[in-house]
Amino acid sequence: MAVELSHIVKVGIADMDIVESPGSIRTSGLGSCVGVVIYDPNKEIAGLAHVMLPDSSLSKGKTINLAKYADTAVPGLLNLLLEAGAYPGFLKAKIAGGAQMFQFSSGNELLRIGPRNVQAVKQQLERLKIPIMSEDTGGNSGRTIEFNPKLGIMNIRTVNKGVTDI
Amino acid sequence: MSFIHGITHLQLDILKEIGNIGAGNAATALSRLLNKKVDMKVPDVRTVSFDEMMEMAGGSETVVAIVFFRIEGEAPGSMFFLLPLKQASSFISQLTGEETSCEEQPVYSELASSALKELGNILAGSYLTALSDFTNLNIYPSIPYMAIDMAGAVISQGLIEISHAADYAIVINTALKEENGNDMNHINGQFYLIPDPDSFEIIFQSLGAIENGS
Repeated sequence: MAVELSHIVKVGIADMDIVESPGSIRTSGLGSCVGVVIYDPNKEIAGLAHVMLPDSSLSKGKTINLAKYADTAVPGLLNLLLEAGAYPGFLKAKIAGGAQMFQFSSGNELLRIGPRNVQAVKQQLERLKIPIMSEDTGGNSGRTIEFNPKLGIMNIRTVNKGVTDI
Repeated sequence: MSFIHGITHLQLDILKEIGNIGAGNAATALSRLLNKKVDMKVPDVRTVSFDEMMEMAGGSETVVAIVFFRIEGEAPGSMFFLLPLKQASSFISQLTGEETSCEEQPVYSELASSALKELGNILAGSYLTALSDFTNLNIYPSIPYMAIDMAGAVISQGLIEISHAADYAIVINTALKEENGNDMNHINGQFYLIPDPDSFEIIFQSLGAIENGS
């Protein structure tokens, strides 16, 4: 049966989703964006958001895509997990991304978005009392991440620095 | 930004013409640089979601050489020049005589990477000069930034400005390729011009393609 096979849930840019064991969840091409995984190791459920911007108050649009901003994606992801039966007291987080893809000399705010995204995601996790177990942030490489809720491991692939597990 | 929803046929044609004029000028510049004939394809103007944008570039994880510029001045935006790795290496050897490997993580010498940036600079400069003449707007490129990495990781950085206002972008895509160059070692680069949301109105207004009071 197809349902017995492990499957991979793909999350696009400014998007979020959840997965239950034995599946895994993945997002590719994180640059200045941050991939936030929140998971319940007992229930083996994990959620992943591909966050693009730090703060929804900067939005100029009429409707807000919750997954796009750190301050709405992290609580949004928490809600999805709670609805799926995760237990709030067990939740943990792992984060990756927030790179600076271009070397630059001037203090262009546009190019500093990576570190600001990381900071904003951390603030939200702290506010919601979700501990960060490990992280791979900053630098100047793109990342593709895949999280397996059964193992609680985030696999990170980069072009220049190979593959690591955190 | 309700504005980029209600784009008219005339305005779409104007955006295509911008691609035509800009890339046409860039093709001439490239042709002089390489001393070879360079063709351009008919521009493609599309409204795409961010994920579709990555698909256009060959997939979020595909490793490419990208030169990125911010467009500054009266109608700001982002501009990318993308080259598949093989072709970036082939360009470098044509220009500098230096052979580089075209594996997934090529190590370019300083000379090689500055040659690639210069290519981007010349092409973006000629593209934007044409655009500036056509629209009568004062626009110019920032210094070039170069990265060789996953397309998704690099392009998303150029979408930051737009992402404040929308979940999709209007992309003016034009491809340049060497004439008779069907094999992979010939230059086959792509331009993505992504005006910031507020710039569309400015561009259309400067060309008289906007109805007053609409």
